[in-house]
Amino acid sequence: MTPLLSVRALTKRYGPHIGCADVSFDLWPGEVMGIVGESGSGKSTLLNCMAGHLVCDSGQVIFDTRADGPTDTLTMSEPARRMLSRTDWAFVHQHARDGLHMGVSAGGNVGERLMAVGARNYGDIRDTAIDWLGRVEISETRIDDRPTTFSGGMQQRLQIARNLVTGPRLVFMDEPTGGLDVSVQARLLDLLRGLVRDMGLSAIIVTHDLAVVRLLADRLMVMKDGHVVEAGLTDQVLDDPQHAYTQLLVSSVLQV
Amino acid sequence: MQEYNFAYLDEQTKRMIRRAILKGLAIPGYQVPFASREMPMPYGWGTGGVQVSAAVLTPDDTMKVIDQGADDTTNAVSIRKFFERTAGVATTTVTGEATVIQTRHRIPEESLKEGQILVYQVPIPEPMRFLEPRETETRKMHALEEYGLMHVKLYEDISRHGHIATAYAYPVKVEGRYVMDPSPIPKFDNPKLEMAAIQLFGAGREQRIYALPPHTRAVSLDFEDHPFEASKADHPCGLCGAEDSYLDEVIVDDEGGRLFVCSDTDYCTHRQEAAR
Repeated sequence: MTPLLSVRALTKRYGPHIGCADVSFDLWPGEVMGIVGESGSGKSTLLNCMAGHLVCDSGQVIFDTRADGPTDTLTMSEPARRMLSRTDWAFVHQHARDGLHMGVSAGGNVGERLMAVGARNYGDIRDTAIDWLGRVEISETRIDDRPTTFSGGMQQRLQIARNLVTGPRLVFMDEPTGGLDVSVQARLLDLLRGLVRDMGLSAIIVTHDLAVVRLLADRLMVMKDGHVVEAGLTDQVLDDPQHAYTQLLVSSVLQV
Repeated sequence: MQEYNFAYLDEQTKRMIRRAILKGLAIPGYQVPFASREMPMPYGWGTGGVQVSAAVLTPDDTMKVIDQGADDTTNAVSIRKFFERTAGVATTTVTGEATVIQTRHRIPEESLKEGQILVYQVPIPEPMRFLEPRETETRKMHALEEYGLMHVKLYEDISRHGHIATAYAYPVKVEGRYVMDPSPIPKFDNPKLEMAAIQLFGAGREQRIYALPPHTRAVSLDFEDHPFEASKADHPCGLCGAEDSYLDEVIVDDEGGRLFVCSDTDYCTHRQEAAR
């Protein structure tokens, strides 16, 4: 079995400062990987480097493409990479506003990726949009409303629907539950967990919320100052942290 | 009459514009940046079109200027006078006699022939501007042929109005490659974009020139189940009776009376004369 994504010695510097350094790991099909760490530890830099939003300094990000097998996405041509990022990849932003067209209706937002890969039948696009709105628990009657009229949780769910509509195999998520209140977070996590299991998605989730990774992630990487300090199965890392920083992180969680 | 260089612009500037025009003709539908000059008229009044006309005019040319199809509106009259004064070229209102036609928002009804040049005044050359405000991003989208966003606009039209409500500046795909804004011509004129004359588009404020060589394929974007339709007011012309021309709606009194007349004044006048 080939890993879906292999990251090798990925390094990104901001001048003299380290964004992330020498990160390597494999992500297997159907696996959910969590990346945790405090603010400024390089989690988002790593995610953006992998997704091709940032240019990294060295390393490889090898994705198992449908057509050509494992290919380094950092050296592939820009059209091919952008094609990948709207078919097999998805990126869920922390702020739904970054990932949505706020001036375009919910249906249009969901349909955009379909139209971008060549769908030209209005009826089909609309049916798919309705189906996906249903899956993320947004009422069909809201299909022609703009996301500006949606609540934060609905916007985030809409962003997820818009990303998953082309049936991607790998989803990058940057703090998907950030900025939502706990009950909305719980529903969103429930939804995400269901979608990930049903579609057999692989996902990389960046978060500082340990509860999120406990629920969603199979494996965990803990980052500090741009380096991975500990990695392993989620329960193992959270229940028996080895590195001093991980111990601090786990013990800092407020118990209710 | 030597206060100005021929056709107002200096020769170096015209040379620069001609280069942009040639590049535009070589890559149909591609927006070529050019160093737009200040013209003695405000932006939005056709500064791009005027510069393109100035660059292609020769002393033997006969010029026609129309504004929304009419030869006698302010914009048309002042630009025609401008070239009469600065270039001393012959001017006409007869479509068939003109060699260079500068137009604002219409294509003449009479089909143009080989040897004629149609110059459009373009306010916003970028068809995706209102969906993607970043120029860096739209240029990349053109380069990589990522035109999904264009259909999002049409999708929004259908979901809101039940049909494609975009009635002017209707985007076309040129030769299967670049998506182009045909300037704010009514979509009724879109099928006429495939013609025997050379079509040049000049956007002065936005500093872009693009072009369609003769007989270039320009396909209006649409959906399989909502095909493109060239629409017009469902009336005959109130003056000449034409049923195949694009019509303006004119309010004639304060009791709701209205009259539909050809927007192409030259076409209408000729038909009226022929009927007499």
